[in-house]
Amino acid sequence: MHRFANPTRFMRLSAALLPWTAGAALALIAAGLYLGLFGSPADYQQGESVRIMYVHVPSAWMAMFCYTFMAGASAVGLIWKHPLADLAAKATAPVGACFTLLALITGSLWGKPMWGTWWEWDARMTSVLVLFFLYLGYIALINAFDDPTRGLKAAAILALVGFANVPIIKFSVDWWNTLHQPASVFKAGGPSIDPSMLAPLLLMGVGFTVYFLWVLMLRLRTEIVAAKVRALRLRQVRSGAPATPSGATPLGAKG
Amino acid sequence: MDRFLSLVGRDLHLAQRHGFDSLLVVVFFIIAVVLFPFGVGPEPNILARIAAGVIWVAALLASMLSLERLFQTDYEDGSLELLLLAPLPLELVVLAKVAAHWLTTGLPLIVAAPLLAVLLNMNGAGFAVLVAALALGTPTLSLVGAVGAGLVLGSRRGGVLLSLLVLPLFIPVLVFGVGAVDGAIGGFAFRSPLLILGGMLLAALALCPWASGAALRQALG
Amino acid sequence: MENLSQLLEMGGYARFVWPSFGLTLAVLVGLLVVSRRALKGAEAELAALQSAIPGRLQPADTADEA
Repeated sequence: MHRFANPTRFMRLSAALLPWTAGAALALIAAGLYLGLFGSPADYQQGESVRIMYVHVPSAWMAMFCYTFMAGASAVGLIWKHPLADLAAKATAPVGACFTLLALITGSLWGKPMWGTWWEWDARMTSVLVLFFLYLGYIALINAFDDPTRGLKAAAILALVGFANVPIIKFSVDWWNTLHQPASVFKAGGPSIDPSMLAPLLLMGVGFTVYFLWVLMLRLRTEIVAAKVRALRLRQVRSGAPATPSGATPLGAKG
Repeated sequence: MDRFLSLVGRDLHLAQRHGFDSLLVVVFFIIAVVLFPFGVGPEPNILARIAAGVIWVAALLASMLSLERLFQTDYEDGSLELLLLAPLPLELVVLAKVAAHWLTTGLPLIVAAPLLAVLLNMNGAGFAVLVAALALGTPTLSLVGAVGAGLVLGSRRGGVLLSLLVLPLFIPVLVFGVGAVDGAIGGFAFRSPLLILGGMLLAALALCPWASGAALRQALG
Repeated sequence: MENLSQLLEMGGYARFVWPSFGLTLAVLVGLLVVSRRALKGAEAELAALQSAIPGRLQPADTADEA
């Protein structure tokens, strides 16, 4: 039962925290949306299209934050064999992939009016695209094994290898981009950002982070419950009962 | 050291017996490159412009093709477990297998590359740098690939999965490999991209056997 | 009325701004719904298993969440 000691504490803690994170995430994002759409001025250069920033930039933040979190959790899982850490890394990956995809698509929607093309091979967008591939590889690897713990361990190593490579990839993409600098790029981002724009940006950023915690707790709870289901099934088989689909009554369960 | 060399020798011997495999990789490399003129048209200027990139991308794909089998056969027939118990550290086992892999696939690619550069009408100034860049870059590909090959052992759909894991990590090698060749052709400095390729090789040499060993341990453990 | 149409127009950038916000909300809500549904499904499965198995087989620490 030692293995379940920490997950049990987590289940109790997360049950208490869930409503609070849910409420905080909804309130922060709602406030951020309101300020971003109605309560902030249009940019003198980019006009109303600057509002895309309020969803694009926080998504990009979260894309990087989630990968860092995933790598950190994987390291904890590998070094200290903490059962929750591996599951936390697994639960983070789809959230991070969603944020990365959002950063790419909203960036493209912002780029069209600003740069005149849907996709510009600029260093940042290209790096985020590669980050998206790293997420996809991680998710594919974790689901490629029949034994779920094998997938967790392999994916933890991949997350660390990928994390070590992120700076190298970023460096190479920057270098490549200066070599092939497209002439048409409109350099966004003026000298400093106006406070009336900073408020919705920060609200959305914090809101997205709390949203991440909310979904992370939901997904971690799912993983823990699923692990219990697997353990129960295994005991059922070991104790001589036929492996039953859920709902059926096993025989000889008293063992 | 003797054990290391004998392991390299064993893998080379095995590869020689399936000599066909390494030939297939080279044939794939050539066909993949030859497809490009059909795709973009036979105009010499366009081909010359894209030659370095096409050859590098094809080399990336070709060396990835053979990676799946790096540990697969040893994993299936159980000899990998024996190697784990052997007195040679697992990291050196990985290094020996990577060396054998590079000798059987990377080296033939380097030999075939100038021929393809001729077919693509590449500027003569780039030939030597292309060979040098491939010589520095392909061992890195084998090393990074060994991590992926260890991770996918025992998974479903190993081959496709391996490409998804490894290709994003190949991007830096591709960028600097092509950068060196294009630099030499365009008359820019090609030394720094070559040095960076060398630096990446050293870093991969130091880190990848370790990560790949960890992957093998969890696959067998 | 004029305010609303002005807002919807987004200074001519409506077809970029609104899809960005709409898509972001759609993806975030979708991820949330999928995650919640998976949790409910797993909890239902666990409850079914536990009710099917009497006393001794039930791990003590799962009792409080059932």
